[in-house]
Amino acid sequence: MRKFTSLISGILFGLGLIISDMANPERVRSFMDLFGDWDPTLAFVMIGAIFASAIGWIIARRRSMALFGGSMPPPANPSIDQNLIVGSAIFGIGWGLVGLCPGPAVSAMAFAPWQVPLFMAAMLTGMVVFKISQELRQSAPA
Amino acid sequence: MIEDWTFAAMGGLLIGTSAAVLLLGNGRIAGISGILGQMVDRRLPGDWQERVLFLLGLLVAPLFYLPFAPLPEIAVTNNVSLIVVAGLLVGFGARMGSGCTSGHGVCGTARLSRRSIAAMATFMTTGIITVAIMNLV
Repeated sequence: MRKFTSLISGILFGLGLIISDMANPERVRSFMDLFGDWDPTLAFVMIGAIFASAIGWIIARRRSMALFGGSMPPPANPSIDQNLIVGSAIFGIGWGLVGLCPGPAVSAMAFAPWQVPLFMAAMLTGMVVFKISQELRQSAPA
Repeated sequence: MIEDWTFAAMGGLLIGTSAAVLLLGNGRIAGISGILGQMVDRRLPGDWQERVLFLLGLLVAPLFYLPFAPLPEIAVTNNVSLIVVAGLLVGFGARMGSGCTSGHGVCGTARLSRRSIAAMATFMTTGIITVAIMNLV
């Protein structure tokens, strides 16, 4: 049942990205074009998504276990560290350059032109590079 | 004629519902960079099959859309080096910052996580600055 839930959740997420046009990179970039020809439409995606997601969290607060087994996520970590801010800043620059972030990149793979698979390959490489940089840092003498 | 913002809001509600389904059903956070990142790590988590199925759902979602309406045109740059650099930055930055638009933006902010709100404010700001600079040059 947990596996079925994961699959359904993935399909709903992907449908939402396509219906809202969030899977369309230039549309995403025009949403970020605050000082140019700003297209505010995608703000409604974030409002709708955060609204529905918040209802999930409100219900989750009253439960200690997930419906299909396993525990609920631990309380949110309140500490804002350097990695969080620097990493998010780097992420935002890459997002602004092309207009693709991880979710839409996966959902657009099946019907996208060559650019999306190329972006996906680079993105996975970036993730591996981060992982390796972490390992190097841990193994380096202090 | 239904306006674009209606579709945007409907799509957003679907995305949020997806996150709520995964949370209440499995106790998991729908953070896509986290799921992808753990897939490329050499040590697979115990529930890797669930993660693969979530990704599979994301991947096949267009098939469920196709019977009702033609898939939207994708408009994206043709600049190969720009795409490669952007992909590297997105992958590296999302892992370093422990999340992306889904994990921080949709899930974390909805539970009023300070970290997620800070992350989202940061990546929206650098994204807006990046677009503004690219319009100048």
